[in-house]
Amino acid sequence: MSVDYAAAQLFNGLASGAFYALLALGLSVIFGMLRVINFAHGALFMLGAFATYYGAEAFHVPFYAALIVAPLAVGLFGMAIEVTILRRLRGLDPVYGLLMTFALTLIIVNVVRLMAGPLGSPYSAPDALSGATNLGFTVYPTYRLFVIAVSLAISLLVWWFVERSTLGARVRAATENPVLARAFGVDTNLLITLTFGVGAGIAALAGVLAAPTTNVAPSMGDAIIIYTFAIVVIGGLGSITGSIVAGFALGLLQAIGSVYYPPISTTLIFIVMVLVIIVRPAGLFGKSEEFR
Amino acid sequence: MTPRFKILLAVMAVAALALPKLVYPIVAIDVLCFGLFAIGVDLLFGFGGLLSFGQALFWGGSGYLAINVVHHFHGNLALAIVAATGFSLVLGAVAGGICVRRGGIYFAMITLGIAQIGYFLAIQLTNWTGGENGLQIGSRGTFFGFSLENDTAFYFVTLAIVALCVFLVLRVLDSPFGAVLQAIRENESRAIALGYRVNRFKHVLFIMSATLTGLAGALYSLGNHLAGLEMLDWHTSGAAVMMAILGGSATVLGPMLGAALYEGLEYFISKTPFTAGTDLIVGLIFALCVLSFRRGIAGELLARRWRRTST
Repeated sequence: MSVDYAAAQLFNGLASGAFYALLALGLSVIFGMLRVINFAHGALFMLGAFATYYGAEAFHVPFYAALIVAPLAVGLFGMAIEVTILRRLRGLDPVYGLLMTFALTLIIVNVVRLMAGPLGSPYSAPDALSGATNLGFTVYPTYRLFVIAVSLAISLLVWWFVERSTLGARVRAATENPVLARAFGVDTNLLITLTFGVGAGIAALAGVLAAPTTNVAPSMGDAIIIYTFAIVVIGGLGSITGSIVAGFALGLLQAIGSVYYPPISTTLIFIVMVLVIIVRPAGLFGKSEEFR
Repeated sequence: MTPRFKILLAVMAVAALALPKLVYPIVAIDVLCFGLFAIGVDLLFGFGGLLSFGQALFWGGSGYLAINVVHHFHGNLALAIVAATGFSLVLGAVAGGICVRRGGIYFAMITLGIAQIGYFLAIQLTNWTGGENGLQIGSRGTFFGFSLENDTAFYFVTLAIVALCVFLVLRVLDSPFGAVLQAIRENESRAIALGYRVNRFKHVLFIMSATLTGLAGALYSLGNHLAGLEMLDWHTSGAAVMMAILGGSATVLGPMLGAALYEGLEYFISKTPFTAGTDLIVGLIFALCVLSFRRGIAGELLARRWRRTST
């Protein structure tokens, strides 16, 4: 194996890990606050990509602007969903949140398919990000390096925000004990809505980043959401560190696996998930018995 | 059995006998098979509090196996059904051992992931699954010497099998085993404190669910002469979940009702210009169900009194 080949595989792994980490992160943030597993996360990811594509087609929104605008738009959409629909399911078995977001996934994907057609459209990255960068030891596509950098930056930002900032402390307080948090004057309803918006926005950001790498199609969230679920199970549901680490680690593992035995790349994450459940049911970073 | 339950059972039995005269027999076969599938899903959800999003693994796995047996064993239909059902029983024992280690929301995600392994495996094992093309058989073969090529004949054999399954499910739920399941669902910690090995009960329930689902999948693929990747797709698991909950979870008959409704709706939509919007319509109806009538149709029908607030 040459250095170039090994480095390319390594970066490929990090690049797919970048998407997993962002999606798992959003899922975990939402779960931590709402106790809802957002099945529609893949659909929100897809909406981010479509917002980028149509923004460019209809309004000539450049890619860099889409990085901000699309997550904002999808985040607002997510908040509207939380206020109008998910709020009604609070206090019920969390399974109903999963079922509702499953129904929303069917609706959202179908509406996009009706509007855009089932086939996808290509979207190209801006010129400055296309081409390759010489890293000294190897040459690698610039755009994928950009994806890795953005994902790392957002991951660290969210981690810092939740674990270290004052507002983050309130979010954690509202998660641990909503009644007491309300007694201290924390507006938990607002926090829940904002949290869902942020989670949705991160999913959309992953979608924007994915737009130039794949075909922008209504079904693009279908496969990745199942991988994200597995990663969240591996990392430990609700653990932000777990989501980020598991996301990147499994991206890497998938890339390494596909070097030795290519067909395994699609199933490796699920196999790891099974192993983790057998050895450590709470997930690698999860608190055991926290949620059964 | 409450009087209302008996009435519903009688109405559904009459409807089942008349169904192949009302719709194409092949559609009637699909209704029965999806109904049994949904009953299997609801055994876990309604009676174990476990939402599985991966039962398509058994539906599809047994479907492929049944077609293979008919193809390789001189069209032995009975052997195909038995082997495919046994296959899901064993697969359910293995997968269930892993899945029941976590409950609640985890369970849904784990079943989804494990089913996805089956999906990707089926793409690889083209000799047994035909890959993207799926498998087809020209004839269903013979059932103890009788040809079941006639769709109506196959429907009634399927109906007999499904009726037997419904009877068995009702019997099991009525047994001490069923009582323990109910105890676990009502208060898991207390059931553990009473000395019940809760996970073992859940595991047995999982195996029962997998076996019924596998049997349903085998009958479905034999009925349609084919097995394909879409049988293993997670959308199929999701469809069965929707049928079970729309029809009425924890009522046994409800999921069958839900399957009839779902299939009927799909059939109806396919005759209108809104074919491309099937998921949209189904999704809207299911969202409404989750928001406002979580007991499902049979649940509402069987509820002792009409209450303003639903549980």
